[in-house]
Order: sequence, then structure tokens, then C-alpha cells
Amino acid sequence: MTGQTLVKVGMADLNIAIEGAVLKTTGLGSCVGLTLFDPQCRVAGMAHVMLPSSDIARESQINLAKYADTAIPELLERMQAAGARLTRLEAKMAGGAQMFALGGSDTLRIGPRNVESCTAILGRYRIPILSADTGGNYGRTVEFDSYKGILVIRSVQHGVKEI
Amino acid sequence: MPLFESFKAFEMDVLKEVGNIGAGNAATALSKLLNKPVDMAVPKVSLLPFEEVAERVGGAEQIVLAVFLRVEGEAPGNMFFIIEEQSAKRMLNQLLSMNHQEEVGYSEMELSALCEIGNILAGSYLSSLADFTQLPMVPSVPAIAHDMAGAILSYGLMQYGEMGDSALLIETTFLEDRQSLEGHFFLIPDPESFNKIFKALGVDLG
Repeated sequence: MTGQTLVKVGMADLNIAIEGAVLKTTGLGSCVGLTLFDPQCRVAGMAHVMLPSSDIARESQINLAKYADTAIPELLERMQAAGARLTRLEAKMAGGAQMFALGGSDTLRIGPRNVESCTAILGRYRIPILSADTGGNYGRTVEFDSYKGILVIRSVQHGVKEI
Repeated sequence: MPLFESFKAFEMDVLKEVGNIGAGNAATALSKLLNKPVDMAVPKVSLLPFEEVAERVGGAEQIVLAVFLRVEGEAPGNMFFIIEEQSAKRMLNQLLSMNHQEEVGYSEMELSALCEIGNILAGSYLSSLADFTQLPMVPSVPAIAHDMAGAILSYGLMQYGEMGDSALLIETTFLEDRQSLEGHFFLIPDPESFNKIFKALGVDLG
């Protein structure tokens, strides 16, 4: 990993990477780390999605990166502007955990709902999900290599995993 | 819905007092448990961008032990009691003479003991707060996690997600014996709860 540029993606944030730069987002709990990759021109994008749908937004200026239904179109646009083609894109996902198993309210199922929403929206764009590491009750930190197209997942309980 | 940016200094001070009363009682409870004096820092009330919340306990990837309770009742919210690994080990040692082995992870017994400590402390925090505000506040069954601070704390920020990118939290830090044991309390009232807390305390939001 030495010498590679690291592009940090914050919570409710998104970014793209080219020329072998590595996208990284830390501490995913119920949030989903979604990556898109064009293997031909090696353009990668990552979104740290916090909530499933912008329907519930009550903010005046929506942060597009926060909601699954707004983050994916925005990421697509940014990647296409960098040369990626929609028909070549491949997706990977990690996160969407349920950190604490309490009660039955909807807020507490936010992790699985984030995953479901991302899956549905990717389906609408016909973007295949190559692999995913979602669910469970633990946090994850993920790094995506924009040259190799590999998603590295780190967690406290389960070590390192590549998908 | 209140615009947190517009809370006046006086209102922030009221929330600090909320943290002070709650954590003061919790510190007393901890001091009794440990049979040692426990110091408490002045509570901090801040409107923090999501990204910065975990910085308060060492960053999103910092591995911590956290006890989480959902506060139900008139002024719902989320409450976390967070301790770093070193402090957790000392706590197990001092309180229960459990000698934590230098292995990865914690045994079920150790996690259950830490969860109960968090439960006792959070319970005394909330009951004093309920007395002070005369608002019923009932903690849920506690849950414990040993994981990255970012993953844990983001769980308590969801209620804020739909209305912005920052959350208002009331934070108090405990210290025992010059930082050999350090713990953090985070009370994150739901956005709708502030009006009720202020109203209960006779603060006119105007």
C-alpha cells in the first residue's frame, strides 16, 4: 500500500478515485460502505451511506451522500464525468450491521434497511453486486483500491477480509 | 424543530447543568463501587459534525467498550457509557478482581460485568435527571459492544441524520486516580427532546 494516495470518505460523504488511489472510510456500523468500479478505465467511487431514503429528510439542503437513493446517482454522475461507463460498473458493499440488538423499532433496523435500499437502487441501474459483506453486529473499516478493484474489510472481531 | 445553531449561551449552560447533575450522581455511584474518589470534568455541550463525534474518544477506529441504553419517556434520546480498553481492564480488576488476560476479546462474564457497571451508572445519571426535570426517563435494557468508536457512536446519531449533519451531545468525562481510569458519558437527546427539557426547566425559548 506504500506510495498510494489515500482518499478519505467521511460519514455521509462520497468520493471518487483514479490512478490507483485508495478510497477509505472508517467505523461503518449500520452505515453502508458502497463501492462502484469501472474495471476498464479503473475509476472507483465510494459512498458512506447513512440512511436508506431521502423521503424522510427534513433538512433544507440535502446532503446527497447521506441517503442511498441520492448518493448512488450522485456517485454515478461523478464517476461518469471521470470517464467511467454505467454499463461497465460493478458494485461491492460492506457494513449495514446492527450494532445493538434492542427492541423492535424501525430505527434499530437501519443497517439492514440501508443494505436493502442500496441493493434495490443498484438493481434499478442494472449494476451487478459482485460481492458484499453486510449485517452482523460489528463495525467495519473499508479500503477500496481503484487499480485492483479489491475491497479490504477490517473489523475488531473478525480480522481482515478481502472481497 | 429547534435550530441548534441558534441556541443561546444561556441554553447551552442549562444543558451543561443537565450533564452536571446526571454525571455528578453517576460519579458518586462509581466512586462508591470503586471505593475511591472519582473526579469529573466540566460537562461539554457541543453541536458536532457526525465525523467529529468519534474524535472525542480517540477517533472512528479507536477500539472501545460501550454500553448503550435507549432513553424512553417524555424526552427520549440515546445514552452511551464509553471506556477505553485499558480502563475496562482496570475496572474489572478493581471491582471484581477479575484478572483480564491479554488476549483478544473479552469473556462473556467480563462483558456482562462491564455492561452492568454501565447500567448502574447510566441508571443513576438518568434518575437524577428525571428528578431534576420532573420528566419520566426510562432506560432500556443495556447492550454492550466491544468495537470501533465510529461504528458504535453512529448508532446514536440516526435521529439527527434526517435533519442535518451534526448532532447535539452532552458529554462528561470521569477520571479516577489521575487518568488511570477514564470513562465518558454521552447523552444525545433526540432533536425533539430539547424543547421538552427546556420547558420542564422553565427556560423560555421565545
